[in-house]
This record gives sequence, structure tokens and C-alpha cells, in this order.
Amino acid sequence: MIASDAGMEFSFNRVAAMVRRYWYLLRSSWPRILDLIYWPTVQMLMWGFLQIYISQNVGFFARAGGVFIGSVLLWDILFRGQLGFSISFLEEMYARNLGNIMMSPLRPTEFLLALMIMSIVRLSIGMIPVSLLAIAFFGFNLWALGLALAAFFANLILTSWSVGIFVAGLLLRNGLGAESMAWTIMFLFLPLTCVYYPVAVLPDWLQYFAWALPPTYVFEGMRALVIDHVFRADLMAEAFAFNILLFAAASLAFLKLLQSARVQGSLLQTSE
Amino acid sequence: MAVIAGLALPAAQRHTFRRMDMQNASAIVVDRLVKRYKGVAAVDGITFRLAAGSVTGLLGGNGAGKTTTIAMIMGLVTPTSGAVTVLGVEMPRHRYRVLHRMNFESPYVDMPMRLTVRQNLSVFAQLYAVPDIDERIDRLAADLDLTEFLDRPTGKLSAGQKTRVSLAKALLNKPEVLLLDEPTASLDPDTADWVRSRLERYRAEQGTTMLLASHNMGEVERLCERVIIMKKGRIEDDGTPAHLLSRYGRATLEEVFLDVARGRRQSEAAQ
Repeated sequence: MIASDAGMEFSFNRVAAMVRRYWYLLRSSWPRILDLIYWPTVQMLMWGFLQIYISQNVGFFARAGGVFIGSVLLWDILFRGQLGFSISFLEEMYARNLGNIMMSPLRPTEFLLALMIMSIVRLSIGMIPVSLLAIAFFGFNLWALGLALAAFFANLILTSWSVGIFVAGLLLRNGLGAESMAWTIMFLFLPLTCVYYPVAVLPDWLQYFAWALPPTYVFEGMRALVIDHVFRADLMAEAFAFNILLFAAASLAFLKLLQSARVQGSLLQTSE
Repeated sequence: MAVIAGLALPAAQRHTFRRMDMQNASAIVVDRLVKRYKGVAAVDGITFRLAAGSVTGLLGGNGAGKTTTIAMIMGLVTPTSGAVTVLGVEMPRHRYRVLHRMNFESPYVDMPMRLTVRQNLSVFAQLYAVPDIDERIDRLAADLDLTEFLDRPTGKLSAGQKTRVSLAKALLNKPEVLLLDEPTASLDPDTADWVRSRLERYRAEQGTTMLLASHNMGEVERLCERVIIMKKGRIEDDGTPAHLLSRYGRATLEEVFLDVARGRRQSEAAQ
């Protein structure tokens, strides 16, 4: 026996081991890296050119330059953040490695933290080049948002992690039968969080649901910044409060689903 | 072939045995263990104790409950009722107190295929807080004839080589309890024999408690000093290989296994 107390406490060393594991995988596979970049690029280009076309014809959008590209880039932070988390988790299931992981001293909290770090790594690989392309093609500088960008990013990544944690719980409990959730669940947020239009467009009753979702505040805040040149700190604070609740609920759901997976024996059988 | 890793650490071994003494020399205690899935009993009230440093075979046909039993010992599956204690620690409630002192190997679990053998082993070594990771990996690689494959992607290896990698992973942390679920399944006889010889040597040198689920009677006869035979979630018989052979009046454990599987009683079988 080697390590007497190695399994007793939270260990950043074990988190680092898992991050290293995913990094090895990522760098060994160029299709995986390409996948991180190409779709955000396609999205950004499509919406950017659409915006140029509309701005040439409609007075409002001429004043609101960058709204669409800003929306696309922030939506990609939300969507790719969750995918980065969920795909790293799915890699363990595809590799049939989950038994090794769950049998090791790695704690669920350490596992989740490693997945969060990897979601940022994957997101950075995809979004940094795309944000530079947005400057080159459309003159939209996401980085010029400064502190606001930091607030947007923090709130969006928190939401993406919450959704990723919940999906990881579903995958543990239901195996790869729940895989489609990893790819599609975030699209539930697309219409409700008002990525491309203001909340006021929604019917009154639906607006209550929209305002219960943290990303709604971020997209409204981005429009306020780009169109009215006002940073709405109040919106960011509200988004953060809802994010704390969402993160706590997702973590609780994950622990319950993990507990259920142990009861149902799902950790042994992670296929469909 | 180099001497198996860990031989140079007799102090650690003595320390292990001292701790075992303090726990009444039972490394694993299974007490009235039950696991039901939707009302169907996969494991139905089994009880046994495994002495520290012993090698025990868990025999049984498909669906006998071997894998579920091992999964409950590992803390992967929560029992419906009953209790499991490993190295004095209640499973699965306090599993993080003991998981770093255990390990397992199973052909039903893989290592990530795209990672090289060295990368895989180093990740798991870090998870198990193994000191001097590079040195440990090099020694295990030498012991298990893996040196030339260390920088090759795990997915490019043959089944036998992958099994050796899994075995290296299982031995990384010099476990006090090693659970083996059909460790030689799908291996050719020569490779399977090679794996068994390494397990024998490792046990002799480290005093590790091993629980081995297998369909291979020859393997169990060779490695195990005690055999627990399961059928339909229950323990049908339990004893040393010699006792079982004598009780059933058979020459091999395979014949004993067939008697149990086909429901022949000991008295009938002996006639």
C-alpha cells in the first residue's frame, strides 16, 4: 500500500490527473480540436453576414451594430461550455473507463471540477480564434467589452456547468441512452433565454419563465451594452443569484442521480 | 524477467500485515448481503469473510451474482440489505477511506484507447497518489513485459497486452485488496498462464488479499486456496479446492462446478 491518506480529502492533485487525461485525449486527436473551432466559426460568419445585410436595409440595426454577432458569440459560450463539460464526461463512457474512474479515489466533486476546467479549455480553443475572426471580418471586438465580458462569461459558464452537471447525473443513471440529452438539452434555452431578441417579444406569461433563467439576463445585458451603451450591473447580479440556485439544484440532482445509479447498478452497465 | 514491483518494500508489507492483525485478520467481511433489482435477487443473503493475504475464487455460472458481489465490495453498487466491510471500512458509505488501498481489474472495463500506455498509467498513478510515478511505471512495465509498449496508444495493443496494461493499472498503488473479475477472459492459454504466474508472484511477495471471479476452473485451482461457489445469488458451497474435490468425489473443480450448476447434491455426485 502506498498512500495512507490519499483518499481522505479533496485533492487538487486528482483533479489535475483528470485534466491531464482529457488534455492527452484532446491533443492526440485533430478532429476533436477542429470540431471545437469550425462550428462556432460557421455560426459567427453566417450571422455576421446576415447582420451586414439587415443593417444596410433597416435603420435600427444600423445603429445596433454587433448585436447579432455578440449574441452568437455569447450563445456559443453557453452552448460550447456545456458541450465541453458533457463531451469530456461522455469520453469516459465511450472509452468504457467509467468503472476505473468510479473505483478510484477520485471524488465526485473532483471529477466535476476537472470537467469544469476542461470545459473552459475546450471553450478557449474554440472561441478565442473565432472572436479574432469576428474582428477581422466584421470589426466586432468582443474583448472590447472588458469587464462586462467577464460578467457575461462568468454567468454563462456557470449556467453551462449547471446543465452539464445535471446531464452527467442523467448519463450515470441512464447510461448512453441519455446521450442525446448532452447534445440537445441546451437548445431548450435558445428560445426562452431570448438570445437573438428582447424578452419583451415573448408573450407575457412566458416572460416569467424567461426571467427565471440566468442567461436571459446576460443577453438582455449584452443588448443594453451594444445598443444603449449601458452596462446593467443589476442584471448581472440577478443572473448570478439565479445561477447560484441553478448550480445548487444541479449539484443536488447529480448527487441524487449518482446515488440512484449505485442502487440501480448503472455504474456497471453504462451502455444503452 | 525482472522481479515483480514492490518486492523491495518489505517494511510496507509488514506494515500492511500489522494493520490486518488489528482487524482480526479479515480483509473483507460480507454479511447477509442482498441485492435486488426490481424484486429479482441478484445476490441473495450471502455471508463470508476473507482472511488478509488470502486468495479466494468466486465461482458461478452466468448470472450467479459474482460481478454484483464484487461491485458491492468495491462500493460501485449499493446493497439492498446487509453489509460489506473492506479493511475495516464500511462500504459503500465510507468508501473514500479505503479506495486508495484497493484496486481491481476486469476485462469489462477499458482504459482510454487514444492515450498511450504511459499516459494512462500516469493518470491513474496520480489519482492513487503514487509517489515516484515514473519509477513505479517503469518497474511495473519491466515486470509485466510492457516496456516496449509504454509509448504506444493503448488501443493499438493486442488483447493480451491490454490485459497486462490493466493489470499494471491494478497494481500501481500496491493494493492491499485486489479484486479480479475474470482476469484472463478472452486471453489465449499462453497469455492467460503468464498473467496467472504474475498474480501468483505478486501475491507471494506483497501478501495482497485477492478475490477472483472466474469461469476458468484451472485458474481457480491454481491460484486460490479457497473457493466460494455461487448459484442464483446464493453461496452453494465454500471450501478449499481439496475439500470440495473430496466432498463431491471429483478429480477436478470443473466437475465440481458442473455438479453444482446442474443441481446434483454432494452425495449423488460422489456416487
